[in-house]
Amino acid sequence: MRLFECILLLCLIMCAVSVAFARDLLTSIIIFMSYSLIMCVIWMILQSPDLAITEAAVGAGVTSILFFLTLKKIRAIRKEEQDEQEEG
Amino acid sequence: MSRRKDNYETSRWLKFKKWVDGETDLLSIGMEPEVPVSSEGKERRRDLARRKAYDQELIRLSAEHADKTAIMKARSIRYFQKFYKVMSVILCLGIILVLLWTVASLPVTGNADNPANNEVAARYIEKGLQETGAVNIVTGMILDYRAFDTFGESCVLFIASCCVLVLLRLDADSKNENIRKMIAESDDRHFEPKNDIILQKCACVLVPVIMIFGIYIVLNGHLSPGGGFSGGAVLGSGLILYLNAYGYDRMSRLFTEKVYKRTTLCALTFYCLAKSYSFFTGANHLESGIPLGTPGAILSSGLILPLNICVGLVVACTMYAFYTLFRKGGM
Repeated sequence: MRLFECILLLCLIMCAVSVAFARDLLTSIIIFMSYSLIMCVIWMILQSPDLAITEAAVGAGVTSILFFLTLKKIRAIRKEEQDEQEEG
Repeated sequence: MSRRKDNYETSRWLKFKKWVDGETDLLSIGMEPEVPVSSEGKERRRDLARRKAYDQELIRLSAEHADKTAIMKARSIRYFQKFYKVMSVILCLGIILVLLWTVASLPVTGNADNPANNEVAARYIEKGLQETGAVNIVTGMILDYRAFDTFGESCVLFIASCCVLVLLRLDADSKNENIRKMIAESDDRHFEPKNDIILQKCACVLVPVIMIFGIYIVLNGHLSPGGGFSGGAVLGSGLILYLNAYGYDRMSRLFTEKVYKRTTLCALTFYCLAKSYSFFTGANHLESGIPLGTPGAILSSGLILPLNICVGLVVACTMYAFYTLFRKGGM
């Protein structure tokens, strides 16, 4: 269990650093999502399941979706836009 | 920069440097064989060559007039850039050091003499179940002892969604041409339903489970971990998933802007009134008349269950409203 915690914390730090260093905004959002999921498991280990539920729903779910939408609004996701043009 | 050559403009080094900087193409200085081009292209090329000659003339003139101050200026900028980099690293290290030092001087977790371990926490733990009737002591705290804070939080969420509404909403009745164009651009309803089979099948399985889980968390807030906020967030994400899979037309049967406004306002008003009553009677040592019930049953712990439902509704509506407003500036 101790080892598992250490691995999780290491992953957490790696995610936090690589969010800042990722070139692509989409990539950094997905890394941020995984950061939230790892944080959720850590909350579970720290025996606060209510925070874990909130972290999973808000941190990994809604926040990332809002980030994606913002990227789409500022036209940072190019590929999707092209797809839409092809459809329309 | 300290020593200037007289024939610097024609030197190979300058040519190479300009090529590296992308200021010249290799064609004009004869380092690459010229590809035959059409007459139009030739004209353009001649234009380019003329402009290039003009540029070089300018460079020559400016180099002649460049006196010592310009050189000093460039040097100081370079020094400043170096200084800036070094200072940013030092500042970063300094902040890291201060933060680590602060963490190191914090009291040990779980120590009996910690300042957090005072009579307030002791009272919550000892008498919480008796006074609030909630098995989940956290919900008992945030919706009974500290219910006013939670009311503030719900209002903050409501105000946040109002601000997003003010900033991002596109008014359909507007006479402004640009806004109409933006509405037409962002209105992706004519792509819907997208008939994305994978997404629809997944949503078909997942949405009921997510919704039931959210309702379970909200209703069992006083018995098990969770409560209004987390359950509301789960409900909101379920709504967003349904909207993505089946489109606005099917969603508008259940959830429109009117429903959003009414739900949010009713929930906040009920919360405010119920808790005001409870505070009024509590502060004046009156009997509130709200039965606490037996701890552990679903209908127990007085006002906590309805307040949980209110918070859950507000949060779910806010999440959904954020999504729709971000996506197309309206519901």
